[in-house]
Amino acid sequence: MTRPIYGVMAEFESPTALVNAARAAREKGYRKLDAYSPFPIEELTDALHLHHNRLPLIVLIGGITGAICGYLLQYYVTVWDFPLNIAGRPLHSWPAYIVITFEMTILFAALSAVLGLLGLCGLPMPYHPVFNVPRFALATRNRFFLCVESTDPLFDRRRTCEFLETLEPREVSEVAH
Amino acid sequence: MADETVAEKPAPQRIIAPGYTFGTITDQIASVVLTKKTPLFWMVCFAVGFGLLLMFLWAVVVLMAKGIGIWGNRAPVMWAFDITNFVWWIGIGHAGTLISAILLLLNQRWRNSINRFAEAMTLFAVACAAMFPLLHLGRPWLFYWLFPYPNTMNVQPQFRSPLIWDVFAVSTYATVSLLFWYVGLMPDLATLRDRTHSRFARGIYGIMAMGWRGSARHWSTYEKASLLLAGLATPLVLSVHTVVSFDFTIAIVPGWHSTFFPPYFVAGAIYSGFAMVLALAIPLRKAYGLEGLITDRHLDNSAKVMLATGLIVGYAYVLEAFTAWYSGDVYEAASVWNRMTGPYAPAYWTLVFCNIVAPQFLWFKRIRGKPVLLFVWSLVVLVGMWLERFVIIVTSLAQDYLPSSWGLFHPTRWDWATYFGTIGLFLFLFFLFIRLLPMISIFEVRALLPQARVEEEAQG
Repeated sequence: MTRPIYGVMAEFESPTALVNAARAAREKGYRKLDAYSPFPIEELTDALHLHHNRLPLIVLIGGITGAICGYLLQYYVTVWDFPLNIAGRPLHSWPAYIVITFEMTILFAALSAVLGLLGLCGLPMPYHPVFNVPRFALATRNRFFLCVESTDPLFDRRRTCEFLETLEPREVSEVAH
Repeated sequence: MADETVAEKPAPQRIIAPGYTFGTITDQIASVVLTKKTPLFWMVCFAVGFGLLLMFLWAVVVLMAKGIGIWGNRAPVMWAFDITNFVWWIGIGHAGTLISAILLLLNQRWRNSINRFAEAMTLFAVACAAMFPLLHLGRPWLFYWLFPYPNTMNVQPQFRSPLIWDVFAVSTYATVSLLFWYVGLMPDLATLRDRTHSRFARGIYGIMAMGWRGSARHWSTYEKASLLLAGLATPLVLSVHTVVSFDFTIAIVPGWHSTFFPPYFVAGAIYSGFAMVLALAIPLRKAYGLEGLITDRHLDNSAKVMLATGLIVGYAYVLEAFTAWYSGDVYEAASVWNRMTGPYAPAYWTLVFCNIVAPQFLWFKRIRGKPVLLFVWSLVVLVGMWLERFVIIVTSLAQDYLPSSWGLFHPTRWDWATYFGTIGLFLFLFFLFIRLLPMISIFEVRALLPQARVEEEAQG
């Protein structure tokens, strides 16, 4: 009985090789795949079918919340909490609220963009098994990695390794938990 | 007419010098941070910055002890160096956001090698700018009175005042700039974490990188987040200097009360900001041998932006004089006339020279191609833009409606010490940044390499 592993990982030299390998693995039927690269590769998003993304919705909700909060804050303060009667001018002076409403929209939207990014990526993450592969340190320098995770229904330690070997990688290694 | 003369699409111009690989780019940029040897250039610049910072702290201590009477602000000129410097610093910051956000949206990929330090410049410039209104409060430790919060005094800020708009605009700007900068840094912090040999550094960079591992899933969200942040930062940066200009235009002081201030201020901000980008980039790339990454093309493009915004600023000066004459308003006309011929005439004509005459030389490729000349030119523009804010603020207040209450402003040594002190604060923060974080965005420069393009197989 060997210990279960996180997956197997193949190392590639170029973005083209990685994208081709990711496509081949998808075609083979693998779904629990992840690719690691030192910079964003647009084609990889296509190859791994990663288009669905909830971030824009999160940012939209954040922005609307900010706008409402900004406006209501000013309305509450100038009309209810601290009304100043200056020559009988209306208390609900909405044109003067525009600037702060706008700034609060941007502030809330930007905060939700960053928190949404971290949340959707599951960061901060103090530990992740892929870092157990010694050569993975090069994923932030000049190497490209494709990992088939063991949770994939088609995953089989030996056969998946053999399949990855057919993609002409530099090296194939097992990722320990 | 159906002539088949389809122009050949020009080959994409190389942004960085040939011969780089993913590895060499990473090593070159990371080595500036990870080396144990600190170059003499850094030591000297840091020492200058630190010295000036100490002077700043001294000036602040004296200010706290004696009050803002140590400055030259006297009736009628109650706003002087403090607001001049505030507007000047905020304006400098705007180029960083322009480069990082607007040029990203416009798909100007050359920005990739200058956006990081330009964004850092933004942050530190905003920090310097914030010093002035805070110190001018007189009791800076009560700055939180600027924000609406339930309090025992039962008072609230006046939301109909542009000064409180400024508080919200500048604090939002500082926050969003910091977030944008940090998001951009995350992948590079991961690179430093994986490259460093020191356990301590690995721990610190590791915590800051939050466990970034370059996963394709993360990259796809990351790219979306960058675009969204850029889309949010673009209207924000335009709004910030607009709101800064409201500080003046909402008042009825002659020389301030004018509708073209917002675009004029934004153009001036970007103008001075690009001057600061050049003033920082030219010595840096020389000292660290980064000419292959920050190429002559970057300098050339920045100089062109400077020229274009300089022309807008020049147009605004002409329009200012024209409006004063055409409006038939005697006070407006008198205020412009006083600027040109009154006690501050030398400052006015120097700024006309610095901001309108000097940039015309940037039409010539031979001047744009010489880094040393560009460096000098950018300093001239920075001086010119500082004078512009000084002239707008001080001359309008010194000579407004009532000649019997006219009075001149005389800066004291504490005014100068505070001003040069913030330059020290800026240099101090900036050179700490150069030493501790990658000054060029490593992952974005990797993406500029021809090898980064995925070669599609011919579709059968």
